[in-house]
Parts: sequence; structure tokens; C-alpha cells
Amino acid sequence: MKIHEYQAKQLLREAGVSVPAGIMATSAAEAAAAFTTLGGSLAVVKAQIHAGGRGKGTIKDNPKQHGVQLVRSAAEATSVAGALLGHELVTIQTGPEGQAVRRVLVEAGCEIARELYLGIVIDRAAGLPVLMASSAGGMNIEDVAAKTPELIFKQNFCPDAGLQSYQVRKLCAMLDLKGTSVRSAEKFMKSLCKLFVSLDCSLVEINPLVVTKAGDLLALDAKISFDDNALFRHPQLEELRDTSEEDPNELRAGKAGLSYVQLEGNIGCLVNGAGLAMATMDLVKLHGGEPANFLDVGGGANTEQVTEAFRILLSDKNVKAVLVNIFGGIMRCTTIASAIVEAYKTVGFNVPLVVRLEGTEVEQGRKILKESGVDIIAASDLTDAANKVVAATS
Amino acid sequence: MSVLINKNTRVVCQGITGKAGEFHSKNCIEYGTKLVAGVTPGKGGQTALGVPVFDTVHEAVEKEGVNAAMIFVPAAFTADAILEAVDAGCNVVVAITEGVPVLDMVRVYNRLRIADCGLRIGQSEIRNPKSEIRLIGPNCPGVITPEECKIGIMPGYIHKKGPVGVMSRSGTLTYEAVWQLSNLGLGQSTCIGLGGDPIVGTSFIDLLKLYEADPETEAILMMGEIGGTAEEEAAAFAKQHVTKPMAAFIAGRTAPKGKRMGHAGAIISGGKGTAAEKIAALESAGIEVAQSPADMGAAMQRAIKRKR
Repeated sequence: MKIHEYQAKQLLREAGVSVPAGIMATSAAEAAAAFTTLGGSLAVVKAQIHAGGRGKGTIKDNPKQHGVQLVRSAAEATSVAGALLGHELVTIQTGPEGQAVRRVLVEAGCEIARELYLGIVIDRAAGLPVLMASSAGGMNIEDVAAKTPELIFKQNFCPDAGLQSYQVRKLCAMLDLKGTSVRSAEKFMKSLCKLFVSLDCSLVEINPLVVTKAGDLLALDAKISFDDNALFRHPQLEELRDTSEEDPNELRAGKAGLSYVQLEGNIGCLVNGAGLAMATMDLVKLHGGEPANFLDVGGGANTEQVTEAFRILLSDKNVKAVLVNIFGGIMRCTTIASAIVEAYKTVGFNVPLVVRLEGTEVEQGRKILKESGVDIIAASDLTDAANKVVAATS
Repeated sequence: MSVLINKNTRVVCQGITGKAGEFHSKNCIEYGTKLVAGVTPGKGGQTALGVPVFDTVHEAVEKEGVNAAMIFVPAAFTADAILEAVDAGCNVVVAITEGVPVLDMVRVYNRLRIADCGLRIGQSEIRNPKSEIRLIGPNCPGVITPEECKIGIMPGYIHKKGPVGVMSRSGTLTYEAVWQLSNLGLGQSTCIGLGGDPIVGTSFIDLLKLYEADPETEAILMMGEIGGTAEEEAAAFAKQHVTKPMAAFIAGRTAPKGKRMGHAGAIISGGKGTAAEKIAALESAGIEVAQSPADMGAAMQRAIKRKR
């Protein structure tokens, strides 16, 4: 689960990590009031959407307006907030249609001496969380990793013992931090690592981390996402969820216990199991088709859930044909067959449906389909299924 | 032979009185698995599927001599269940449960690493310190040695006894591969699903060592997927240490960057973990790579032929 920057900064503040003073605003008037309350001569107005690349991103119908802008008066805060709120911001992560800006963060400006990078993720190879630091702050860390990996420094830490002081000193030496900055870094880094563990985060990223002219460390930007599997331990985080930032079909699928990812193509795929679902997408593409989605109905889905999966698939206007690929294990082919019949009755199929069934209760499943009279194209194996579904779209 | 499990393996199911635990325990027993005990805290003294239920795994080890555990407890309790099984002396622990918090697995993984060094876990000495502890999963289909022992949720009938060791990060994709192998007349020694989570108990490399050492395994088929670097590491290891013919398939070559494809582990992030990188690493290690998921069985056949 992702959250907004202003929410992430509130969590950082509560955890003892230094962040600039800031106020969230949902209207131009609130943004002006926020500027006045902050009381400085300089502030930053930042569009709050879940996607990254906001500073370089621009408003869809107003390409001169960027998603992050410095302002020097309440009047200027009003006009910038007005130009952002209610408009679509297009960044490298949003796709060409952009994401509507519903909130802005008005934040006090600060005097920047240096920009660094800090990030925490799970290091799979080490089986531990890892704190990554870089002197190349403010840049896309993926580019830094690709071009100048020697500028990224890593320290694994144990979730229960936390980051150790010697590790902070090591990182400070690598980042060339001295004097007061080392003391500031000790509190900053340790608190950040503690927050990562205590809230079961999957990502905490501070980019840029600024060193002020006074030598203190400050989180100028903040990105936090949580491990969905651990949300049950943190019910208080549920209220930070902003469903307007999520794809409506992905949201709907999530509620039905299905795993769905929207893609750009025209062949809807319904598969059991994540690996087979990915392989099915690959197969479609190999045969010249374009998958419209990734959809894993999982192993334990019942007829109702699978029927909902069909509704989601068929609600995508791009879908010109559907491929059902089921290898029954826990999932029984009879469940899928019944769901196909049910979806046919309640939703209706306006596009061709190619079905490949194998595994648990396959004979009974095929029988249900045959006797129902539902108009399907049966496929005998993977290649046959791919050929038939691609042919059906052309 | 075979790896990890065989007809002598004695299995306890943790969570046997739950719906999924009971259903799949029943299937395992019908397949021929010596599933001889169940554990559900608070239900000790009852019986389920004709086997005794205990409050703790320790009792199941003591009274029924179990040496392997199959875990079906809810995600919130899975880490605890794994550590209990290890502490009780089970050498093979198979965690089927999906949705385990990743930091729980970080803690389990590091406890097991300590155990592997022969140190003490908690208060009790490891029952059989000479034998390695092997955790499979979580979020996995399990392990099957065809016609001998099935610990997991895979459909038994698609498997056939034979020479191919199968390992994968995905469940249904493994079934697809096994089905293709069986239809080509290529049976399997042992099939193992490692699980789709970022941190799982066993890596491809761990299994390559076991398959390479197992006289019954003559060839190895591996199914990987995007995300992480486990396949690249396996390729590098195989290049140096594996003499048996190998084939592989990588799922997710059409997956977009930054989107999680169902498995928590299946995500291309930081420009790492793409299918192209993995396929290149596998090919450079001399492993036959299936270009399509319909080609997995045939790729194994080609690899065997080439090696001869």
C-alpha cells in the first residue's frame, strides 16, 4: 500500500525523523492560509499524487506548470495551488492520461547545502533489510545504480537490533558528513530504520535528504509503502489509504480477493496462479497478441469470485477476446466452468472466449461447459489456446 | 533416492483441523504420504482423518516419530509454526500458507541461518544436527516425490516417477511443466515449489546441490520468474558445479516495470530482475531456455539429448 508524501512526513515526524514544517491543503484558499501560518518568506507547493517524478512532471492542459513549485507570497501560493488542484499531473510514472491532483502540500523552504539519498528496502539476497545511501541525491536512484553504482553505499541491519552506531559512522564517512551532521545522521538514520521495521514497510525513501547550511539532516521528500501482508498488524494505517489513487479495476479485484494488473492490450487473460498468469501473458505476446491484463484468480476462489473476475475483464472496453487458462490444482476446473456459465447468464459475453482447462476435475468441467451451450472456443493446449485467441482478435 | 522426502518420510500437518489443512492432508494421505499426526494448539487428544492431533509439534515428534512438517496455519501464525517445527526437530518444513509478512520471514530466515551453523535455537538442541534443516516456502505448492510422498497442494495424478528434478517459484506453472514432462514420457525424481515471496527458506542453489548429488536425478528443469536475482545466481552456480543437463523457463518477459505480478517477489524494480537479464545469464551458463511456456517439456528433452 502506498501513501502520500504529506502522510509519510507525518509518520516520520512522529518517529523522530526531521522533516520541514508543512501543511496539507485541498483548496487554493487553504494553501494561502498555510503559507501565512508557516510564516516564512519562501515555501514550496507540492502536488500530492502517489506517482513519482512530480517535480519534472507537468499539468496535462498547462505544460508550463510543474508539479512542485517555489512560492514567495500567499498570493503566489493561491495561484500555484489553483493551477494544480483539480488538474491532471502527467509524470514519467503516471502514463499519458496523468493523475488528478486532489491535495497539495505547502512546506517551509530551507537552505540547502547538499542533497543526498537514503532508502530502505528488503535485501532478498541477504535476507535482511538494507539501508542504502548515496551522495547523488535528488536524482533517480535507478539511474545512479545503473551508471555510477560506486556512489551507492549499503548497510544491512537486523530488524530487532536495528541500525548500529558504527554503521552510521561508516555511512557518514562514505557520504563525507562531518561534525554536527554526524550527530544529526545518527538520530535520522536510526529512527528511519526503526520506523521501517515498526510499521512493516516495504519501502522508505528519502530523496533528496538535504544537509542544511547549519549541518542538520532534513527529509525534503519522503516515500513510504507498506507490506500489504502485514497491514493486519497496523489497523491505524488503513485510514491513510487513498483509493482515488488506485486503478478502479485493480481495487475492485482486490476486494474480491483477486490479483489484477491493468495493461494496455486487447486480450483479457484469466488464469490461476501468478507464475502461470505471467507465462500466459508471455505466450499471448509470443503469438503476436497484446495482453489487456494480468489476472490471477488464485487457488481458493469460489464461483462468485471467478464470476466477478469475468465482470472486471469484460468491463475493460479494450478487451476484444478473452483467454481462460486454468491448470487445476487447488482450483477445480468445475468451479471455473460453473463461473463461465454464470458469467454468461448474468453478464453476457460480447467477445470471443477461448478456454483451456487442465488438471483437477477437468472432465467434469468440460462436461459442464458442453452441456451449458455457452459459446466458447475450446483449446487443447497452450499453443492452441494462444493461436485461437490471437486469431479471434484479428 | 530422490531429494528431501521419500516413502519413509513421516509427516505432521500443522493446522490439520482447518478447512484447507484437512482437505489437503486428506489428499496427501490418499496419495500415499505417511501423514501420521496433526497439530492444532488446544485440540490435542482429538483425532482428524484417523491420525492423532497434538497441541505441540514436540509431542508429534516424540510420539509419532515425525521428521517433516506441512504448515497450513493462518499467515499471522506461520513464522511461529515454522520455528516450532524446526525446534521440535523436523528436518523438512513445508510452509504452504500465503500472505506471510516479509519481516516475519526475515526473522525466521535468520534464525534458521543460525541453526545451520549448528548453534542452539531457543532452549533445545537441534534434534539431528548432522542433517540440514530445509524450509520450503512459504507461499508455495510444496514438495512431491512421485509415487512415494506428497507434501503440498499439487494434483498428484499429473506426476510420474522418473529422472527429472523440477524446481520453481510458482505453483501452477510447475503443474504445467510437469504435465508436459509426463506427456513426453519424462518422469520426475522430486518436484519442489520454492514459493513466490521475496524471502523464502530455500534457494535454487540449495536445490541444485541436492539434485546434483542425487543419483536418481539425471536432469534438472527450473522455472523462474521476474524479480530478484535468484535465477542469475543459480545460473552462475550451475555453470561451475552442475554436470547434469538443465533447462529453464522465465515467466514475465512481457511484465511492465514497477508492477507487482501477483507474487510479492515478482516485480521489476530498480531496473533489476528483468526476464531478459535472467535469460541471458541462463544461456551463458549453457542452460537450455524454453522460449514459450508451451516449450518447457521439450526444452528439457533437448537439453538431455544435447548432453548425450
